[in-house]
Amino acid sequence: MVSAKPVSNETKIKRQSLLRKVFGQCYIWIFLILMYVPILVLIASSFTDTDVIGQWGDFNLNLYGRLFQDEEIGIALANTIVLALVSGLVSTLLGTLGAIGTFYSKKHWRTFCETTTQIPVVNAEIVIALSLTVLFVFAGNYLFQGTNIFSFWTLLVGHVILSVPFVYLSVKPKLQQMDPALYEAALDLGCTQRQALLKATLPEILPGIASGFLLAITLSLDDFIVTAFTRGAGLFSGEKTIETLSTLVQAKIKKGPIPPTMRPLTTFIFLFVLAIVLGVTIYRNVQSRKAKHRRGR
Amino acid sequence: MEKSRAKRSAERFFAFKRSYLSFPYALFLVLFVILPILIIVLYAFTETVYAADGTESLTFSWAALVSFFTSPTKLNVLVVSLFLGILNTLICLVIGYPLAYLLADKKVNKNVVLVMLFVMPMWINFVLRTGATRDVLNWLGIRGGDHPYVSTMIGLVYNYLPFTILPLYTTMIKLDKSQIEAARDLGANPFQTFIHSILPQSVPGIVSAAEMVFMPTMSSYVISDTLSEGKLTLFGNIIYLNFSQSQWNEGSFMALVMLVLIAISMVATRKFRGDGERKVGAW
Repeated sequence: MVSAKPVSNETKIKRQSLLRKVFGQCYIWIFLILMYVPILVLIASSFTDTDVIGQWGDFNLNLYGRLFQDEEIGIALANTIVLALVSGLVSTLLGTLGAIGTFYSKKHWRTFCETTTQIPVVNAEIVIALSLTVLFVFAGNYLFQGTNIFSFWTLLVGHVILSVPFVYLSVKPKLQQMDPALYEAALDLGCTQRQALLKATLPEILPGIASGFLLAITLSLDDFIVTAFTRGAGLFSGEKTIETLSTLVQAKIKKGPIPPTMRPLTTFIFLFVLAIVLGVTIYRNVQSRKAKHRRGR
Repeated sequence: MEKSRAKRSAERFFAFKRSYLSFPYALFLVLFVILPILIIVLYAFTETVYAADGTESLTFSWAALVSFFTSPTKLNVLVVSLFLGILNTLICLVIGYPLAYLLADKKVNKNVVLVMLFVMPMWINFVLRTGATRDVLNWLGIRGGDHPYVSTMIGLVYNYLPFTILPLYTTMIKLDKSQIEAARDLGANPFQTFIHSILPQSVPGIVSAAEMVFMPTMSSYVISDTLSEGKLTLFGNIIYLNFSQSQWNEGSFMALVMLVLIAISMVATRKFRGDGERKVGAW
């Protein structure tokens, strides 16, 4: 006669929630690891100089040395960064002004701007790229006597169009949250309109502008299709067609496996992004803790 | 007297107004968003005619439309793209929904860094990641040339999963916990709780996740081209192909088809959409 130990309801619930936690954590981690397999394999094989992924030679740092001597990658990287920064700045300026202006406009104008802003957001990237190409060819034929106007400037327009709506959309909510009396108060206290905008409105919407700028940069860094269509000669490529990281990698992987020198590059990109992500997360945690602390007092 | 009034009205007209700040933005959008689309429409319904003296001119024509709807290849590409778009959306939702739920569940995960890690691949150049995926799949023996559908699907899911997790996660952390508790207390089993409380609350997240996957999949170029070694043609690839072979009229018509599909999907999902929780949520 062995009587089963009575299991109390409480321990049952505890056991259930523990089981849930373990299962949940497993599910999360399995997919997290799967997501990083391609990147991590690439990084792992950057420490050996075989030609193909999956063949392992001795451990060495030869590829890192070769990366720093690789002119092609250097030029592409410089182009990518300059393009991202310039297009990020231009779209931040344009988008922020647009958001402020639209926010204080009459209804019809506002509806027009809002609707037009949505078009590049929902549009397929390939359609954006093609329609711009057609426009530039058109403009070249009819406005510039049949010259080829594809250059850094057309590429810049392409990238700004990609990202400017997102700047607009990240500034807009900040304007909505802002106290409308603030601007009026600044005027009453003797500010000119420009001063009121700079000293009352701008600080309030600055977080929106910052996140819009970051978003614009990430969109530009990642873009392939618009770049491939709208680029011409210029920047660090000189007389040749501008290569960004995306177009360079695409041209290489079309022909064969990822070139060995791009593996150490992946390591650097990964570390850079990881540092930013961790930095932003920690910064936000500290900020929210500070806010809680202040509220507590 | 008259003069000063005129001067004053001129001053009022030129005086700074905040709404003027939107003019450069609007001008930019009109020039580089609206105008290009109008030109695409123009090309979609015209044909280039070469006159005897060598000049070319555009004349109205249904040729591109007819060529699209009578070409089995192009229609086939449309069907395959729709199919892969739906399949990718479903797979991403099936994997991403529980992931987002678990990540937002305080009893399972309290770590925000984990969420960021799921989104982080988005910030590593996607062409590089696509190439890496293909090389790893090749290493594992899944060659794009032999299994174009399998490898393309893996690449698509891998690329779009972060885009599904983000909107789903933002709705999941806003779930009304007390309603779920109430459902449980009133005797609903986990399945009923899910169907009647959790699922309806998360519809906006599902819709915006689906929006971020479906259309971009159909129009994707790099992923399908790289992972299937050129064996699989999606709508994006065929538009690209037409333009690179300077068949502008056909290409423009297909771009127009794409635009119409996008418009239809926007109208269809408008009812469910929350206010602007899109790509912007990333930062």
